[in-house]
Amino acid sequence: MSELRFTEQHEWVRIDGDVATVGISKYAAEQLGDVVYVELPEPGRKVGQGGEAAVVESVKAASEVYAPIGGEVTDANPALAGDPASVNADPEGEGWFFKMKGVNAAELAKLMTSAQYAEYVKGL
Amino acid sequence: MTEGYEMPERRFSCPCNLWSGPLMADTIETLKTPLHALHVARGAKMVPFAGYEMPLHYAPGILKEHLHTRAAAGLFDVSHMGQAFLSGREPARALERLTPADFAGLKEGMQRYGLLLNDQGTIKDDFMASRLAGEAALYMVVNAGTKEQDFAYIAERLKGKATLAPQRERALLALQGPKSARVLARHAREAASLSFMKVARMHVAGVPAIVSRSGYTGEDGFEISIEAGDAELLARALLAEPEVLPIGLGARDSLRLEAGLCLYGHDIDETTDPVEANLAWSIAKRRKLEKNFPAAEKIMDRLFNGTARKRVGIRPDGRAPAREGTQIADKTGRVVGRITSGGFSPTLNAPIAMGYVETGLAEDGTEIDLIVRDKPMPAHVAPMPFVPHRYKRAAKVGVVGS
Repeated sequence: MSELRFTEQHEWVRIDGDVATVGISKYAAEQLGDVVYVELPEPGRKVGQGGEAAVVESVKAASEVYAPIGGEVTDANPALAGDPASVNADPEGEGWFFKMKGVNAAELAKLMTSAQYAEYVKGL
Repeated sequence: MTEGYEMPERRFSCPCNLWSGPLMADTIETLKTPLHALHVARGAKMVPFAGYEMPLHYAPGILKEHLHTRAAAGLFDVSHMGQAFLSGREPARALERLTPADFAGLKEGMQRYGLLLNDQGTIKDDFMASRLAGEAALYMVVNAGTKEQDFAYIAERLKGKATLAPQRERALLALQGPKSARVLARHAREAASLSFMKVARMHVAGVPAIVSRSGYTGEDGFEISIEAGDAELLARALLAEPEVLPIGLGARDSLRLEAGLCLYGHDIDETTDPVEANLAWSIAKRRKLEKNFPAAEKIMDRLFNGTARKRVGIRPDGRAPAREGTQIADKTGRVVGRITSGGFSPTLNAPIAMGYVETGLAEDGTEIDLIVRDKPMPAHVAPMPFVPHRYKRAAKVGVVGS
C-alpha cells in the first residue's frame, strides 16, 4: 500500500496498483466539524485532476471535494450514506469517499507528501 | 476541497447562515465581550459575528453542544446583543409608536416579544421588552447586528417622549436546557419561581442581575443580564455545575432553527412584513383596533386579505441539507420561493429549513423541490417548530375559581 498524497484543498489520494482511493484529510474533517451528508460521484463518471467530484456537508456548511488526480470513478463508499460521521471518525481510512481507475500516476507529482502537507497545514 | 456555497472567501470558518447583520465594514477592530478570554481559555473557535469576535463552538463541536443543550444545560454568551433602558413619562406608550405589540398593557414582572417596524411596515428588528417590578423604565434587548441602528432609530423617533439609554457596560448570558432551572436555583433561589416570560431583579451567585425565564432555543431557560465586570465570575460559577457546558453560536443557530424561531437578517428583514413572516401573533388585538403603529393600514389590509408569500417550515425528503439562498420550486419547476435558513437538525437527525413560498403552496404537506447544486431535491412544507418547545409556562388558572 502506497502512502497518501495531499492537495492544498485538503483531499488525499492513495494508489494501490491501478486503483486510486480518495478522501479528505484529518485536518479538513476537524475544520468541517460533524459531517452529516456526503454526495458522492456515480461509478463510471470521468473526472479530471482538480475537477468537482463530491460534496461534503457538515452541521456548519457545504464544501466541494475535488479529484486530486484524474480518472474514472469505480466505487463510491457505501458506508457514508448511512454513517457520514465515519468521515470524522477515520477520515484517512474508513471514511474514504470514492475509488478511481485509469489514473495517470504522473499527476501525483503535483501533490504533497504527508510531511509536506503537515508543514502546509501548520502555516494555515 | 473548498467551502463553496455561501461565502467561498471564508473557508471552514463560517457557518454562513449565522450572520444577524453585516459586519461593521468601517470598523477594523472587532469587539470583544467581557467573556472573550474565557472563551479562548475554554478552547473556543472564535469567528467574527456582527462586529464581535464570538465563539462558534468549543472542543465538543456544534452537534454535541446542540444535543447537550436539549438534554441538560448550555451556557451561551450573548453579550453582543443590545441592552437598553427606555425611560420617560410613559415609555411603553412611546415604544408602541414603533411596534404593533402591546407594551402599555404589559404587566409588572413580565417580558414580551415585539417587532420594530419602519414606516413601510417592514421589520427593522425583533426585540424583547420587560417591565421590571416597581420600575418605570422598560428594559429592552435587541439583536447584535442591528443594535446601533435600532438605538439611533428609537432615540430619534421617540425624542421628547422617551429616552433610550443603551447599556453598553452590561453583559448577557443565556442558560438554556431542561436542567437550567435546577442549576440556576443553586445560585438564585428565586429564579425557580419565575415562569416563562417572567422577569425580575435578583442576585445570582452574589451578583446583581436581571433574570428572565426566556431564551432562543425552544427549551426552558433563562437570560441573565449583569454588569460586564461580573460576567466572568458568574459564567465560571455556572460552568462549574456538572450539567452545564459552554455553547457556541453554531449550536445557538441550529437550536433556534429547530425551534422555528426567526434569525434577523435572514428570515426577517426590511423586505418582510409581520404578516408574511407569520409573526402576526405579535400584533396585539388592542393595537389592531387603535391602528396606531407604523403602516397600520397596510398591515391590517394584509391581515385581512392575505399576503403573496408566507414563511414556512420545510423538511427535505432526503438527507442533504438545503442552505440559505436555495431556490424553492413547485413540481412544474417554477421558482416559488427561497430558503432563508437551512441546515441539519441534530435532534431529528435530518435536514430542516425555513423560507418563503407563494401563499398557495404554504399548506403543510405541500410537495416542493429545492434546487440544490442545480438539481431538484424533493421536500415538503412542514409545521414548525420542528422540535416541540418545552417552556415552563405558568399553570393556567381554572375558570372554576374566577
